[in-house]
Amino acid sequence: MKLAVWTYEGPPHVGAMRAVTGMRKTHLVLHAPQGDTYADLLFTMIERRNHRPPVTFTTFQARDLGSDTANLFKQACLAAYERYQPELLIVGASCTAELIQDDPGGLAEALGLPIPVVALELPSYQRKENFGADETLFQIVKALANPCPKTDRITCNLIGPTALGFRHRDDIRELTQLLSQMGIGINAIAPMHAAPDDIRRLGAAHFNVLMYPETGETACRWMEKNLGLPYTKTIPIGLHAVSDFIQEIQGLVDCDAPDLTTDMRSDWYSASVDSNYLTKKRVFVFGDGTHAMAAARLARDEMGFQVVGLGCYNREQARPLRAMAQSMGVPALISDDYLEIEDHIKQLAPELILGTQMERHIAKRLGIPCAVISAPVHVQDFPARYSPQMGVEGANVIFDTWVHPLVMGLEEHLLHMFRDDFEFNDAAGPSHHGGSHQPAPQHDIPADAQIIWLDAAEKELKKIPFFVRGKARRNTEKFATSKGLQEISIDTLYEAKAHYAQ
Amino acid sequence: MSDFPILKQRGQHEVFCGLTAILWLHRKMQDAFFLVVGSRTCAHLLQSAAGVMIFAEPRFGTIILEESDLAGMADMHAELDREIERLLSRRSDIKRLFLVGSCPSEVIKLDLDVAAKRLTKKFNNSIQVANFSGSGIETTFTQGEDACLETVIRDLPTDDTQQLVVLGTMPDAVEDQMKTLLSDLGVGPVKILPTADQRATFGVGAGTRFACVQPFLGAAHDAMVQRGATHISAPFPFGANGTTDWLWAIAQTYGVARDHFDRVIAAPLARAHKAVAHAKSVLQGKTVFFFPDSQLELPLARFLSQECGMILTEVGTPYLHGTLLRPELEAIGPIASISEGQDVDLQLDRHSDINPDLTVCGLGLANPLEAQGKSTKWSIELVFSPVHFYEQAGDLAALFARPLIRKGLLTKEAAE
Repeated sequence: MKLAVWTYEGPPHVGAMRAVTGMRKTHLVLHAPQGDTYADLLFTMIERRNHRPPVTFTTFQARDLGSDTANLFKQACLAAYERYQPELLIVGASCTAELIQDDPGGLAEALGLPIPVVALELPSYQRKENFGADETLFQIVKALANPCPKTDRITCNLIGPTALGFRHRDDIRELTQLLSQMGIGINAIAPMHAAPDDIRRLGAAHFNVLMYPETGETACRWMEKNLGLPYTKTIPIGLHAVSDFIQEIQGLVDCDAPDLTTDMRSDWYSASVDSNYLTKKRVFVFGDGTHAMAAARLARDEMGFQVVGLGCYNREQARPLRAMAQSMGVPALISDDYLEIEDHIKQLAPELILGTQMERHIAKRLGIPCAVISAPVHVQDFPARYSPQMGVEGANVIFDTWVHPLVMGLEEHLLHMFRDDFEFNDAAGPSHHGGSHQPAPQHDIPADAQIIWLDAAEKELKKIPFFVRGKARRNTEKFATSKGLQEISIDTLYEAKAHYAQ
Repeated sequence: MSDFPILKQRGQHEVFCGLTAILWLHRKMQDAFFLVVGSRTCAHLLQSAAGVMIFAEPRFGTIILEESDLAGMADMHAELDREIERLLSRRSDIKRLFLVGSCPSEVIKLDLDVAAKRLTKKFNNSIQVANFSGSGIETTFTQGEDACLETVIRDLPTDDTQQLVVLGTMPDAVEDQMKTLLSDLGVGPVKILPTADQRATFGVGAGTRFACVQPFLGAAHDAMVQRGATHISAPFPFGANGTTDWLWAIAQTYGVARDHFDRVIAAPLARAHKAVAHAKSVLQGKTVFFFPDSQLELPLARFLSQECGMILTEVGTPYLHGTLLRPELEAIGPIASISEGQDVDLQLDRHSDINPDLTVCGLGLANPLEAQGKSTKWSIELVFSPVHFYEQAGDLAALFARPLIRKGLLTKEAAE
């Protein structure tokens, strides 16, 4: 047993949902108790998907356990097949269904559906979300992909992007553009956007681009061995890595060298004198192994930061991350214990944290600037604008994202420094008004109005959340004045509330 | 209306499990820690449902079962004790500990009741340890609060003095409004469950009358009756009418005269009517459809129909407690259909045929329906927001009006 306060990864079946929700013409039936459907809202709310995930839950209850949960599963499979007409059915179990051992794979097979059925083994009490996504893609590829003739022109597959992935949507577009400049086409993307037929013809590509080892490495390894597809090892985050990535591809296939200089700005921005203050800023880097390692390299080699700590929450990436930390002469932190990571950060006292949404909250508490570089995702990690992490534009986005909190910190520092300055203090007002600025009155109540808040009303006012309390006070006073009242009682407060209700 | 045919369906239930109730229970019970004994899924649910995560060390957590735990039961209790002692050594502020059962802990039949008794003894009663189930196989969403209160009531001492007990979590400000109304009516003493502080515990017994402010407290209701308390049956205090009926049901058992009652409620009642009128102009004549979520559906549908002039199409509820909901069913007025339980796919088909002006549903369905051009009100907000009693009636109506107002604002025609 292990006490968890906050977690970096969900259970493996959520990983399976991420893989399948990214795909087309594919449906997942999960044997799971009522309540596990909460996972739908990750996709509809955090990622703002406009469709329900293609996932059916059996949602069994206690009364079903005594009767026939296996039959319930079969019915759910049949109903899902008939309603959604998928070309591929994936079946699996969540943590509770794993305990009742109904064998979803065997049950689904016995239905004799006219489409392929892939059964997942998702060990909920050992593994986590990334494993679930990686395993799901691997099982689908293993079941459907066969050797096939290569495309005439040079093409590759993009492997690893999923639903609910950190900037996966934009990384796909960025890499597609980069590869196209090299004369390389995209044969398929998986699991994101892939239909079962796209999986079948993965072998037509000349090589694979492994975008995210967390969710695509096992499939890439299998394809290397069974389809003869080599795959790239460099994650093209940061300009140095982009250049390595291009070289790596040139070693695999005969292709053009792209001209990237038109859109390259982050290198010049970093070199400009304006960025001098970034030199040797002490940064702590934490995230999934892939993004953490890429960020550490970029931080040191392209931003001129000093990496003082490096870590990841997924044990699968522990080995390469430890090696990198050692080469940088810093301690490696492999942990998914949120409290341990907070302690570690406190001890290191960095000037900037590059982490996940969890570290962003740690940073807020410790008063340290922070930028987010990795999943677990939050609604803020799905911006409306194009903002990849990979490729040249990714480097530009990262430069802005990382510098922004430092600039904000600098502004705060200046405000603090000038707090008592004769000219720039709080009461002086904005300087662009040429000194003619008059501070706004506190509220639009005639100065001669003497309104008294009775104790009980004052107390009641304090129960209103602080961020609307000021508005409630102003509205109540305005209301009291309009009624010619001298005193504000609890009733006045609520009369005013009803008056302004809308 | 009480013998209205109810459509019962069994398919995919698109609902939260009872663990979700921890999110508001822990805010109310300020000296309590809620420890889920479950899986990574439970921890992930609490984290995802918490939405805006504060990431401080909260007063809830999950003991995650691992492969090694599933091997032998004797080990599990030792492991449980070890993790709990480690937790409590860091948290001297904790006076009550709830061991919350989950789907996995129930399927492997881990007896948390035994564990709770053992731990209470071990801590020499300095920390009260109790247990309830929030599992999805036993409970739906708000039933987590019901199960928690049931346990709390079972453990209360016996006291036969005359008192009124109000069951159900409300924000402090709303609770205070209720106390003032009851005190102005001359009703008292009044006790409320759950209590913010374990030291404020009181006894219940034959002299206790009780009323519920939430419709999902069926098991807590039964536990009170078993303790000898008398239930005051009434519609729930949502909206002006609901609040008046609820207060009047209590006032009658205390022999309060109607003219005194009318005097006490006159001002807040008038305010409630006035505040609701703003939203009513938007909601009047519009159709509304409820997907099942919190068991608040029928009382809220009654409010929308009676006080806001909305037309009720299908009203779905995860569970319909006959005794507690009878006054609501008698008051609800015209309604196209009531459904209990869910087959979400079939219900979405019916929803699509009905094509209501407003849909009340959970977060898993809201954006997909918005993307089809429907206006939705996500139902979880109705559980977390102050919506009870007179002063909140306008806010409650406004929650339903906002999606319609917004849709109106965002059309291109409106802009031109």
